[in-house]
Amino acid sequence: MAEDWRNGGFGLYIHWPFCMAKCPYCDFNSHVSRSIDQKAWLDAYLKELDRNAARTPDRVLKSVFFGGGTPSLMEPETVAAILNRVGQLWTPANDQEITLEANPTSVEAGRFQAYAEAGVNRVSMGLQSLRDDDLRRLGRMHTVAEGRRAFEIAKDCFGRVSFDLIYARQDQTVPEWKAELREALALAADHLSLYQLTIEAGTAFGDRYERGTLRGLPEDDDAAEMYEVTQEICAEFGMYDYEVSNYAKPGAESRHNQIYWHYGDYVGIGPGAHGRVTMNGIRHATDTWKQPQKWLDAVAAGTGENLVEAVSPTEQANEYLMMGLRLTEGIDLERFNQIGGRALNPRTLKELQDMGMIELESPYLKATRAGRLVLNAVIAELLLD
Amino acid sequence: MTELSNIRNFSIVAHIDHGKSTLADRLIQMTGTVAERDMKAQLLDSMDIERERGITIKANTVRIDYPAKDGQTYVLNLIDTPGHVDFSYEVSRSMQAVEGSLLVVDSTQGVEAQTLANVYQAIDANHEIVPVLNKVDLPASDCARVAEQIEDVIGIDASNSIHISAKTGVGIPDVLEAIVTRLPAPKGDRNAPLKAMLVDSYYDAYLGVVVIIRVIDGVIKKGDRIKMMKTGGQYPVEKLGVFRPQMQDIAELGPGEIGFLTASIKQVRDTRVGDTITTEKKGCEVPLPGFKPSIPVVFCGLFPVDSAEFDDLRNAIEKLALNDASFSYEMESSAALGFGFRCGFLGLLHLEVIRDRIEREYNIDLITTAPSVVYHVFMKDGEMIELHNPADMPDLSKVDHLEEPRIKATIMVPDEYLGDVLKLCQDRRGVQLDLTYAGARAMAVYDLPLNEVVFDFYDRLKSVTKGYASFDYQMSGYQEDQLVKMQILVNDEPVDALSIMVHRTRAETRGRAMCEKLKELIPRHMFKIPIQAAIGGKVIARETLAALRKDVTAKCYGGDATRKRKLLEKQKAGKKKMRQFGRVEIPQEAFINALKMDD
Repeated sequence: MAEDWRNGGFGLYIHWPFCMAKCPYCDFNSHVSRSIDQKAWLDAYLKELDRNAARTPDRVLKSVFFGGGTPSLMEPETVAAILNRVGQLWTPANDQEITLEANPTSVEAGRFQAYAEAGVNRVSMGLQSLRDDDLRRLGRMHTVAEGRRAFEIAKDCFGRVSFDLIYARQDQTVPEWKAELREALALAADHLSLYQLTIEAGTAFGDRYERGTLRGLPEDDDAAEMYEVTQEICAEFGMYDYEVSNYAKPGAESRHNQIYWHYGDYVGIGPGAHGRVTMNGIRHATDTWKQPQKWLDAVAAGTGENLVEAVSPTEQANEYLMMGLRLTEGIDLERFNQIGGRALNPRTLKELQDMGMIELESPYLKATRAGRLVLNAVIAELLLD
Repeated sequence: MTELSNIRNFSIVAHIDHGKSTLADRLIQMTGTVAERDMKAQLLDSMDIERERGITIKANTVRIDYPAKDGQTYVLNLIDTPGHVDFSYEVSRSMQAVEGSLLVVDSTQGVEAQTLANVYQAIDANHEIVPVLNKVDLPASDCARVAEQIEDVIGIDASNSIHISAKTGVGIPDVLEAIVTRLPAPKGDRNAPLKAMLVDSYYDAYLGVVVIIRVIDGVIKKGDRIKMMKTGGQYPVEKLGVFRPQMQDIAELGPGEIGFLTASIKQVRDTRVGDTITTEKKGCEVPLPGFKPSIPVVFCGLFPVDSAEFDDLRNAIEKLALNDASFSYEMESSAALGFGFRCGFLGLLHLEVIRDRIEREYNIDLITTAPSVVYHVFMKDGEMIELHNPADMPDLSKVDHLEEPRIKATIMVPDEYLGDVLKLCQDRRGVQLDLTYAGARAMAVYDLPLNEVVFDFYDRLKSVTKGYASFDYQMSGYQEDQLVKMQILVNDEPVDALSIMVHRTRAETRGRAMCEKLKELIPRHMFKIPIQAAIGGKVIARETLAALRKDVTAKCYGGDATRKRKLLEKQKAGKKKMRQFGRVEIPQEAFINALKMDD
């Protein structure tokens, strides 16, 4: 029987852990450092690529994703050398997607052409807002004008361009968001990631929230309404909501992220990068040292990993459920039963169905629009014990 | 054996935090009873809960040898009594076992309600009382004012009070000397048949039940066969000793002496505080006066959060009951909470102590239902039923009337908070009996229904007086009143564990408050939930908990899989800690917190 990961495919994630500044909402593994030895980092990435390729032989690589941090701070030569090695190690898929996350400052836009020449064919830009005041509040280093220019440059350089916006921001109203979203859609990207601002513990916003000094966040009812209008307006522009926070023209969906949501296998390289790698027929979770220097030292000593752990069938099924229900297409219950060795509780399914939270079209299980707004509660009901 | 003239038996009367335990520690330390290296704070409070809360639950004794200034060595027996109103009967027995008391008052604070209750017990027991003013090292100390207050409020002479600092040790030698010179020696007849009072008892894992006794007449020796006059139990004395404060064996105990015995007694339940111990043969004829069995006055349901732990809970409760005759229990089944126990307590502190011990020592998470008092339900056929649980309220058509227990409450409070205190008492259906002033402090005496007090009265009192009020009460009998059973319906289903008995005039306010509270306490669900309060079939208050609007993670990619899965698994596990009523999950703490009023 084919290994389950084949249902989602195989991808590679590369984490660049550095930023010019830490954004107050961001809880990703990012560090501000003035001097980065790109050569040392390249060597470490290459070493990790070799190590990972050795345990994932004969695989077709669907996608490569440079995330961060701010990978648009990488020298284009570093990116080129990594992609060169990737090409030697794994067979590329015919339509291999190579994405790089970029900040829309003029400095970084100046490197776009070189990234394209290195093989990057898609950028995901952290535009975040089309309002200068809000960009400042979000701790971003670019202006709206700069962002728009960077976007135009990106469209010239890459076949596919996506950008991120953050909404449900402080003091934002529903009409204001509608107007801003329409402006964004007029920019004619084929893919958008539209995230509701989430206050994470351990971030500057998280600290302010704890102290009660982060004011003006929308109430749940308003945030829910913003989510609903986002779906409606995107639909007007031909962008459908293929995932909780992701919108695309049909065919322009992020192939890389779909590996996660389809619960495929992925290798994670770089500080704090996670992976799901099937070895000897058993799916493993991998994790790496988060601290950049610690990771570099560990790689030099043999491996950047600090965890390789088998994921139990129940955990795998729960992960498939959690990831898959984020997609509009939902999950395949036959595959779920196959992974977990047992089925979801039919009574819970019936209750959620009666409440209008899920739809069952055998063998598919999907969250409805209403269900997607409370997806955590829906998933928590369904999870296998 | 010690001559009667060289024995002094005493107790220490004090309000919480006025320094009783510290003084006891000092007396023990200064007489060299305990080596310096073995000293730890509050030697006599042996349970964790006692030491943490700074309260004494069980009576403790310690025997101190004191070489007095007159050149003779005296045996001083201190009985450390439970200070709390819940254990007032135990206090009164301990008082009967000694001849004098040290009245310790914090010279920065003055007399408090609890000091009063206990000092009156000492006066009732005909004690010689030595006032001791503590904390004289603090700048706020005002001995003259406090002495005057003692004379005004308590009515005893405080002109020769002793000024001490139990913390620094100042004045402790004066206290020791006063115990010898000012307190009377005990009386008793060595040749009469054995007559000893059972002061208290506790369970020791190695020795079985240890009984603290005060010998009145006669002599008790190891090997004697003894008889408990009330319970009729007969036992051979296996071990006889005194506390210093650790156990020390002794050959015999004579009149006036205080010590302990063990006698193969299996459970504390077999020993009743206040019982008279004599010899099996040729014993004394007349028992000591004043024995009464303790009666629980506050009841509540204890249910395991995890219904699989019911047997563990039963085991815990049985074990605790063996060691506590005043704690009663019977099995209860609730449609809402499953199987548990309806338990009876001497008061709220007793309830909390037992609950804490079950949770801590037996590691069982508990759902505690609203404390209730015992109502007397008079049926039309003339029968009277004791109602321990609102859920058991009989069909109203068969009920003639109800009576509820009332208390006489004494509250002492600084002037500026008096208005709030009077309002609180009024709101709780109190009837003022007395209101007097001593300096800047007022003493209010109220007749209050116990059911208005058992739950959060003391918390409210502390909060409206910023902690400056002190409160004590005694039961004062039953009285007829307009009482009704109020039910709470969540999503149209009655939740029996939330039913309460309430006065008709208060029902609507309470009902509204409970619905509002529950609306806060129950997490939003995927559907909206009506919460109603009803009397009979009539809804008197209603709130609607809106449906959950938004609960979705904005970003979830490969890097988050493990962490996000664990978060969701935790969310699911959290639901297991709640109780399911139809389709609604109610968090365990809601059963108690729903009743808290912010009036």
